Amino acid sequence: MEKDSIIETNRVHFYYGKFRALTDISMRFQKHRITALIGPSGCGKSTLLRLLNRMNDLIPEARVEGEVVFEDRDIYGPDVDPVEIRKKIGMVFQKPNPFPKSIFNNITFGPKLSGVAAKADLRNLVEESLRQAVLWDEVKDILDRSAMALSGGQQQRLCIARALAMKPDVLLMDEPTSALDPISTAKIEELVEELKKKYTIIIVTHNMQQAARISDMTGFFYLGRLVEYELTEKIFTNPSVKQTEDYITGRFG
Amino acid sequence: MRRRYFKQSLFFALVTLSAGLLLFSLGGLLVYIFLNGFRAVTWDFLTLPPMDSMTKGGILPAILGTLYLTLGAVAVALPLGIVSAIYLTEYARQGKIVRVIRIGVNCLAGVPSVVFGLFGLGFFVVFLGFGSCILSGALTLGILILPTIIGATEEALKAVPQTFREASLALGVSKWLTIWKVVLPSALPGILTGSILGIGRAAGETAPIMFTAAAFYTAKLPGSIFDEVMALPYHIYVLATAGTFIDQTRPLQYGTVLVLVGLVLGIDLFAIVIRSVVRKKKRW
Ligand SMILES: Nc1ncnc2c1ncn2[C@@H]1O[C@H](COP(=O)(O)OP(=O)(O)OP(=O)(O)O)[C@@H](O)[C@H]1O
Ligand SMILES: [Mg+2]
Repeated sequence: MEKDSIIETNRVHFYYGKFRALTDISMRFQKHRITALIGPSGCGKSTLLRLLNRMNDLIPEARVEGEVVFEDRDIYGPDVDPVEIRKKIGMVFQKPNPFPKSIFNNITFGPKLSGVAAKADLRNLVEESLRQAVLWDEVKDILDRSAMALSGGQQQRLCIARALAMKPDVLLMDEPTSALDPISTAKIEELVEELKKKYTIIIVTHNMQQAARISDMTGFFYLGRLVEYELTEKIFTNPSVKQTEDYITGRFG
Repeated sequence: MRRRYFKQSLFFALVTLSAGLLLFSLGGLLVYIFLNGFRAVTWDFLTLPPMDSMTKGGILPAILGTLYLTLGAVAVALPLGIVSAIYLTEYARQGKIVRVIRIGVNCLAGVPSVVFGLFGLGFFVVFLGFGSCILSGALTLGILILPTIIGATEEALKAVPQTFREASLALGVSKWLTIWKVVLPSALPGILTGSILGIGRAAGETAPIMFTAAAFYTAKLPGSIFDEVMALPYHIYVLATAGTFIDQTRPLQYGTVLVLVGLVLGIDLFAIVIRSVVRKKKRW
């Protein structure tokens, strides 16, 4: 594993039953960088993302070949507990999915149950996480109120704060702004750029401008294959594969 | 055009008619029971044991007996049913074996209640040697309502959005804690509703308890789970068929029926209230 990378996939194939959703993916995700995954619908971006923290384990017929190396170990190795992996590799979903609990309890849910934080630290942890997710000022007086009463954009930032409260190394985000209005989207983009100082971020997006604006590296996927993986600047100004160019200029997908 | 309109109104009339029929027979039944029974239901009737060969006095032992039996059945069936349903929906690999188990559970729900009574007699009363008592009756009733509780819990668990499970698991919370802290609380209203309707059934069954728990007559109030008890459904049966003064006890029969129906409706109402309270607390 190279020094500046945090996760590496080596020749990964992924199957839903008989259907092969990913073919021969080898990728290095770099520490403290934002990596964007782009490509037309159904090309396997979410599948790859969920593969990185073993969320695909929930799908009964799913099967992985190849290795996914994190902290010098194959996370699909026989002695690896997926629960431990997910503590270090957090996830934010496309649709905001807060628990039907108070804002405070949403944040403390993970740390409490996985024994990461001491009880006394919980209040500080809540404040810290909410500040990191740029939500503190909006909710500091209503921490006891139900998270379901927040707006969509606030809920998504709450979900980010909830993931950050676990102090993960990596944050996986699957189209985190696709359900949000432009202002909330801008807030989350700003937030993501801020977060990369402490975290490694891998983000799936359908929004080309978003990928170009916030990411350092971009991977373009098509039909389950990694077509091109390059510095974002290079991909958006001078892609080396014709398919990539067609996609980012909007000629298909 | 006109024909279609005619068909539509015909269909509508049919639907209205059947709904009306249903309401009418239910309402008729309740009114009939009430009119015949309400004069018998006095304070003494609710607080005294039967007297003078059961032609006078009250039904307190039967009320208590039914309450104990029902509570016992719940204490047996609710934990067992919920755990089984969690295993079936959350843990077991959804394949042939689980399908067979599910079919088995559904068949169990369709077995006539007298068969449960005979099973209880053979297994709890005789084989395990509990004798005819609250324990045997409660266990038998518990098995009787187990399929209902499993079914209700499975439905409620399936109705919990998958995104809740994902959100919790993605935080590095174990599967068991996810079920305990996220899935079960969300499913609780559904579990309670379905289960308490099953409990209403347990309170009203006669056949399963007549061999396992119910006494023809005892003035003594139950003191331990190894006591035989009177129970409302069986008491009605006894008054209506087996007594020596059937005509004299007619008002008492209706009074007992009224108490039993009131008890079952009360339990259902309780279910509805609990559900709405829990729902209000857990809104999403
Ligand atoms: N649970 C599943 N079972 C079977 N096939 C699936 C499952 N989830 C996804 N697929 C298939 O795998 C392929 C990749 O899906 P995936 O969700 O990874 O695409 P995506 O790139 O994230 O698409 P989108 O941009 O629409 O979110 C698709 O063809 C999809 O139909
Ligand atoms: Mg997707």
